[in-house]
Amino acid sequence: MLGFVIQRLLQAFVVMAAMSVIVFVGVYAIGNPVEIIIPPEATEEIRAEVIRKLGLDLPLWQQYFIFVTNLVQGDFGRSYIYNVPVLELIAGRLPATAELVLISIISATVLGVTLGVYAGYRPNSIISKAIMAISVLGFSVPSFWVGLILILTFAVNLGVLPAGGRGEVISFLGVEWSFLTIDGLSHILLPALNLAFFKLAMMIRLARAGTREIMLTDTIKFARAAGISEGRILRRHLMKLISVPIITVFGLELGSTLAFAVVTETIFSWPGIGKLIIDSITVLDRPVMVAYLILTALLFVLINLTVDLVFALIDPRIRAGAA
Amino acid sequence: MSKVLDVQNLQTHFHTRDGVVKAVEGVSFSLEKGEILGLVGESGSGKSVTGFSLLGLVDAPGKIVGGKILLNGEDLVGLSERKLRAKRGKDIAMIFQDPIATLNPLLTIRTQMQLALEAHARMSKKDIEARCIEVLNKVGIPDPAARLDNYPHEFSGGMRQRVAIAITLLHGPGVIVADEPTTALDVSIQAQILSEMKRLAVETGTAMIWISHDLATVSSLASRLLVMYAGRVVEEGPTAQVLRDPRHPYTQGLIDSLPAMAAPGEPLVQISGTTPSLLSLPEGCPFAPRCSHASDICNNEPPLGEASGRAWRCHHPLNLKEAV
Amino acid sequence: MSDTQSPFFRFWREFRENKLAVLALVVVILMMALALFAPFIVPQDPYDLELLSLMDARRGPGFVGSGGYVHYLGTDPQGRDLLSAIFYGLRISIMIGLAAGCIALVLGTAVGIFAAYAGGRTETFLMRVVDLQLSFPAILLALVLVALLGQGKFQLISALVAAQYAYFARTAYGAAKGERKKDYVEAALATPLSGFQVAFRHLLPNCMPPLIVVATVQIASAISLEATLSFLGLGLPVTEPSLGMLISNGFPYMMSGRYWISVYPGVALIILIVAINIVGDQIRDQFNPRLRK
Repeated sequence: MLGFVIQRLLQAFVVMAAMSVIVFVGVYAIGNPVEIIIPPEATEEIRAEVIRKLGLDLPLWQQYFIFVTNLVQGDFGRSYIYNVPVLELIAGRLPATAELVLISIISATVLGVTLGVYAGYRPNSIISKAIMAISVLGFSVPSFWVGLILILTFAVNLGVLPAGGRGEVISFLGVEWSFLTIDGLSHILLPALNLAFFKLAMMIRLARAGTREIMLTDTIKFARAAGISEGRILRRHLMKLISVPIITVFGLELGSTLAFAVVTETIFSWPGIGKLIIDSITVLDRPVMVAYLILTALLFVLINLTVDLVFALIDPRIRAGAA
Repeated sequence: MSKVLDVQNLQTHFHTRDGVVKAVEGVSFSLEKGEILGLVGESGSGKSVTGFSLLGLVDAPGKIVGGKILLNGEDLVGLSERKLRAKRGKDIAMIFQDPIATLNPLLTIRTQMQLALEAHARMSKKDIEARCIEVLNKVGIPDPAARLDNYPHEFSGGMRQRVAIAITLLHGPGVIVADEPTTALDVSIQAQILSEMKRLAVETGTAMIWISHDLATVSSLASRLLVMYAGRVVEEGPTAQVLRDPRHPYTQGLIDSLPAMAAPGEPLVQISGTTPSLLSLPEGCPFAPRCSHASDICNNEPPLGEASGRAWRCHHPLNLKEAV
Repeated sequence: MSDTQSPFFRFWREFRENKLAVLALVVVILMMALALFAPFIVPQDPYDLELLSLMDARRGPGFVGSGGYVHYLGTDPQGRDLLSAIFYGLRISIMIGLAAGCIALVLGTAVGIFAAYAGGRTETFLMRVVDLQLSFPAILLALVLVALLGQGKFQLISALVAAQYAYFARTAYGAAKGERKKDYVEAALATPLSGFQVAFRHLLPNCMPPLIVVATVQIASAISLEATLSFLGLGLPVTEPSLGMLISNGFPYMMSGRYWISVYPGVALIILIVAINIVGDQIRDQFNPRLRK
């Protein structure tokens, strides 16, 4: 088990190193980084000065080296646009995105698995067919459109929920969270729904497919032959067996949800890092882009690592190194 | 002697998109306490479906459409799912072919046995553990107390099947249906399991139905044989007699095609033709197209012939001394 | 009787049984036809700035504009006839989706089959890269690439291909690996045919079924991705309005009740994607051996 963990940690490290190179090269080497900061009418001198100050005249590998050293110390540079340390910028917007993403994905998984298992257990009932129809919709419809429709229905036509922005916040553990207030909840409801829709559809389909397949296996037949009740079979056998693919997808989707938060935050004017990155990309604020990508990559690696570890906990064969 | 199981004219049909498949058509047999019955046939003969029918575990679109299954006098056909479930595992149990597939790889043996136990009884943790160790000992698992918390993959193939057998023994059922339990195992392990099962039947008085396509394995174990073809029983009788002196040409064909019966250097004997598709069975005897003794009369349903504990369905039974 | 029919016919026969899938297929074909013939059937060319008049802008459905024809679906903020814009938008969406999907298919399959065939270090390395990319959300990748490469059809398609080829690579790899072990491949390799020919003529046809399934999903996904990018302002330039851009143009007007500018293009987009996915679902169910009881 320990060997397994160490192996995975090493892999994670290698991946991060590779990502840092790719991100750095990708963002700084393509195009001219300084174009946005320097006004077009600046003289050659000013241009040279800015380049020198930002260290952009050094050879690429040296720039990379500085980049990495700073990175490890937690210094992501300063935003070209806002002129504040990037880390500070991101840290300030992180809680908003975090609560949105977490609420979305947890509710999507819980609801999705429940509905999906039902649809897989009784595939021919009307409810199941309705569930599957909704899932096709959720799967196909681009999330920005779901957001639009949500706003149109609830904010414009029915007028019951706000169309954007974050609600009141309460400080908890030194961070400000909005879901702890009623106003906050009313603001987070639509964007969370928007974000969760796609994941919900995916979880439903996954749970359904898995359930259908598993219910046909000999394991279930043997359990039935032993006289075990259907309820117990579902709870003890099916749930355990289906948890493997569900957790895989959960891990993958956690990262994907973070990415899609970008769209949701734009539509609902949610002050998170998603909106930040879109703005940064539009104006080519490279330090912010780099920081976002590196942090996202780090998050992905951590998520993958956690998922792997959870697998090892669930499936004894992996622990033994047999699988 | 009490009849533990009495099957009368069982019919299990599958209503598929392409037509009705009569997987089991008029199968009858009975089982005494402690008796081992061998159910032999090729794939498609309906032997496995018969086994599933006994437990009420036929997959859709299959259904038992006729006949009776009398378990200790009570008819299982038409019984509610709840009542059937109360009997499954308790009065009648089933072992499947591949223990890798039947045991949940993510649960310990202890958990799986506990689930089976709690399906029919409320027991304290201590009692559960005691019972588990008891049956594991019975099937010959060494050091059962320690192995209770192992996972299925930590056992060898033969051991896994023993664990599966142990699970079926937990409630001491009167009948165990074994569907090809040794087919997935190494030949050497097969022999072990076979002798274990025989011993268990004798010790516990459990009646067994041993389903297999392998005549050789079954014959060493079963006291009576039932040969099935295309959903029907074509021959029945005490094992030794059926093997030495078969009545049905199909049985003769099976015996002749055993590798052990082949003369060294000679090609193996085969029954010509292939098993018919159950969707398009010919009129009359289903074996007629492949039978070297067939004649025109075989286009009619063959009659059931019986004599001194043996039965057969054939117009031209073999080796019959009295004229029919 | 069924043994003498070709596999395509049998496939089609089963496909036909699902009425919904057939309907979806008809819808897809219809939309492709609309897109193909758009220049001939639209009342107004939405790219021709000469024809636009701000007097017509933001009018509701049924409005008769300065061109003298009815704007069945209303007009957008630039005065474009929405119906025409939607048809052209469909054209672009389908074209980009197909282009990106097909190129990603070819590229990904080549990588996947090559990896499966090459074996050893190459195989592990290639598939690690693919796996890494798979765990990275396509939208993020596409966002960054578009940002760096700039706007334009070519750049957009490149970004989409880069984001999507990994799915094909993984599927082709999995299928090829499974096939590689089979005896007929060993037999083929023993003949004078080169490895490449074996891969092409033997491995490839057997990898097709799962690839087709992935292709339908990915094309729908590419269309959706393109729309999302355009919505965010990072897709095609303003002069070539794709459906995503039309929707984003109308977003500010939704609050004031002028919903049609966003909703109608949105509906067209949804119908297209949902139809493709339904067809893809049916194909996938038919190819899945484990559900065939």
